[in-house]
Amino acid sequence: MSTPPRDRQRQSEEELAREREPGPDREGGPDRKERPQDRDGGDQVVGHESSRGDELTARPSLVQGSLPRWGPQAVFAGVTAVVAGALLLIGFNIALLLLASVVLSGVAIYSWARVVEGRRKATDRAVTLAVASAFALALAPLVSLLFTVASRGLGRFDAQLFTETMRGVLGEGGGIAHAIIGTLIITGVATAASVPIGIMAAIYLHEYGKGRLKRALTFFVDVMTGIPSIVAGLFAYALFVLFFGPGIRLGVMGSVALSLLMIPIVVRSTEEMLRIVPNHLREAAYALGVPKWRTIVKVVLPTSFAGIVSGVMIAVARIIGETAPLLITTGVFSSINTNPFDGRMQNLAVFAYNEYANPGVPNEPYIDRAWAAALTLLLIVMVLFLVARLISARYGVKTR
Amino acid sequence: MSTTTTKEPGAVRRRSPRRLGDAIFSGVATGAGVTILVLLAGVAIFLLIEAWPAISAPAEELPGGEGLVDFILPLAFGTVLAAVIALMLAVPFAIAIALYITHYAPRRLAQGMGYLIDLLAAVPSVVYGLWGIFVLAPASFGILKWLEENLGFLPFFTGPASSTGRTMLVVGVVLAVMILPIITAVTREVFLQTPRGHKEAALALGATRWEMIRMAVLPFGRSAMISGSMLGLGRALGETMAVTIILSVSGAVTFNLISSGNPATIAANIALDFPESSGIAVNALIAAGLVLFGITLVVNMAARAVINRRREFSGAG
Repeated sequence: MSTPPRDRQRQSEEELAREREPGPDREGGPDRKERPQDRDGGDQVVGHESSRGDELTARPSLVQGSLPRWGPQAVFAGVTAVVAGALLLIGFNIALLLLASVVLSGVAIYSWARVVEGRRKATDRAVTLAVASAFALALAPLVSLLFTVASRGLGRFDAQLFTETMRGVLGEGGGIAHAIIGTLIITGVATAASVPIGIMAAIYLHEYGKGRLKRALTFFVDVMTGIPSIVAGLFAYALFVLFFGPGIRLGVMGSVALSLLMIPIVVRSTEEMLRIVPNHLREAAYALGVPKWRTIVKVVLPTSFAGIVSGVMIAVARIIGETAPLLITTGVFSSINTNPFDGRMQNLAVFAYNEYANPGVPNEPYIDRAWAAALTLLLIVMVLFLVARLISARYGVKTR
Repeated sequence: MSTTTTKEPGAVRRRSPRRLGDAIFSGVATGAGVTILVLLAGVAIFLLIEAWPAISAPAEELPGGEGLVDFILPLAFGTVLAAVIALMLAVPFAIAIALYITHYAPRRLAQGMGYLIDLLAAVPSVVYGLWGIFVLAPASFGILKWLEENLGFLPFFTGPASSTGRTMLVVGVVLAVMILPIITAVTREVFLQTPRGHKEAALALGATRWEMIRMAVLPFGRSAMISGSMLGLGRALGETMAVTIILSVSGAVTFNLISSGNPATIAANIALDFPESSGIAVNALIAAGLVLFGITLVVNMAARAVINRRREFSGAG
């Protein structure tokens, strides 16, 4: 404690030096003396350091028998370079390059490690490479998709796109203003309906629920997250057709379908957030004589507010890109319609699909608009997703 | 447990008249919960009501003219085929990725990598569809041709290889990308919960990292891998737009994955035909949707049952 810093440093340096040398000092006297016995006695000896001692006498250096630290990376880089060179001769193909270099360097690393380190460590290294390249391979579609949408969508990503509608447009020109407005209204109505139900159900599950109803609700909310979106659309259609007759298309039908998809997501995420509100906050409120409902409203919900908001935003990001249920409930429409209870309503995802599926002649302007709508949609989803992550990271309840 | 029998002051206090606010609030919360259950029951009921005209109609009035079963069965076959292909492709990758994020990746980057995979789930399905038809399908022709020439003796690859690439195999690949995030998320969460003691015991016995994973992590996460896969299967069964856009449909029932004649899936068939249908055809489509709802409900319930069972018995969840 009282030694001045420099002394302490020197001391630790000495210790390090002592650790580095593999001599008898470090092993300690008794172990060393027992060692010959170990070899003779075989199984009967009960020394836990005995086998390690054996290895040490057989191998003078501790670092022998393992690949250098840079080994696998160097092999991978080298193999990739060679494969790239070979491919340049026979015709370049990025997929083939990645595939070949992963497989070949896997074989190379395995054989090298097998010779130097033995079978078990060689397998370990091969698995490490396989697992890492699986991750990299999974990112390939994401990168390709983002690149494609950005490069093809930017062609029509102009002011006209956001200010005009498709009313009377044949061929070039036109915009998606009506689809953006429709998307916002349909999603907004769905959110307004789902968030109160979802949050209250989560409060029931975590704060009040017990017995059979709680178990059933937990189970069926989980099951509901797996309902196919097209079935949600069919449900909305089947519901409204009873009252309005066949062929009905309304903006609010789309909202009903989306609510069915959104509610379970909101319940799930809100319940997670309520769960991480520390219990002593609730108990402190009860100790002050605050009724349970005021505790929930004034203590529990404000504490988990950021988490709930980010959960809702992720739920919105999930449903805003839904196509199938809206295709069969809100239909296709080329002008602005701001009344969800009156007639067809366009939305971004359906617009993108419809421009692709039913183009005019020539089809280039239609396909370009489809990509521009897809890019807009993707940007909205990404922004929602990232902002939600930021909110929960910055303002969320600190769990530890 | 014993609060009802002991006569502590707290227990007496709890039985005091309930405050009005509490009664209202808990009533509203319970009501919201019941609403959700009613909604789910409503889905089944309203679909059944609208599907009934098709179920009770004579066979020749239905699309195809050979009855409801003959109408839905090929579609159900296509649905299951596409989902199974997607599952077979996605599961090994998803487990490898979950392992990479939980046990291999640098600690500091691991969370960010998880977000990247989650981002795959955030991409709207119509964007996947456009990407599939404009990028993946054209790029796949070489591989389809190669499969036909070298593995043509298998029933899956008899060909002739489709020159547009709008085949079942490409659909399976796109669906695999789409269900990858959910399988990864479920398995990742459970891999993280592997008891530290199990892992350290394996390492202390001299196991390499892979041996530790095989001895400690994978057995612990087995039920998560099963249930995650089933959730992914449910997602793949109901996926609509990617299939609608990419697949070139002929209505044939075939295992041939690389030709241009493919069975449609239930969801894609609804999306394709619904906007232009009227009368009994709409009811037939809703009946198909009811079948899809039933299939996914069973798959999802089984998956959740597996997850819940693990949660009860492992004590770690």
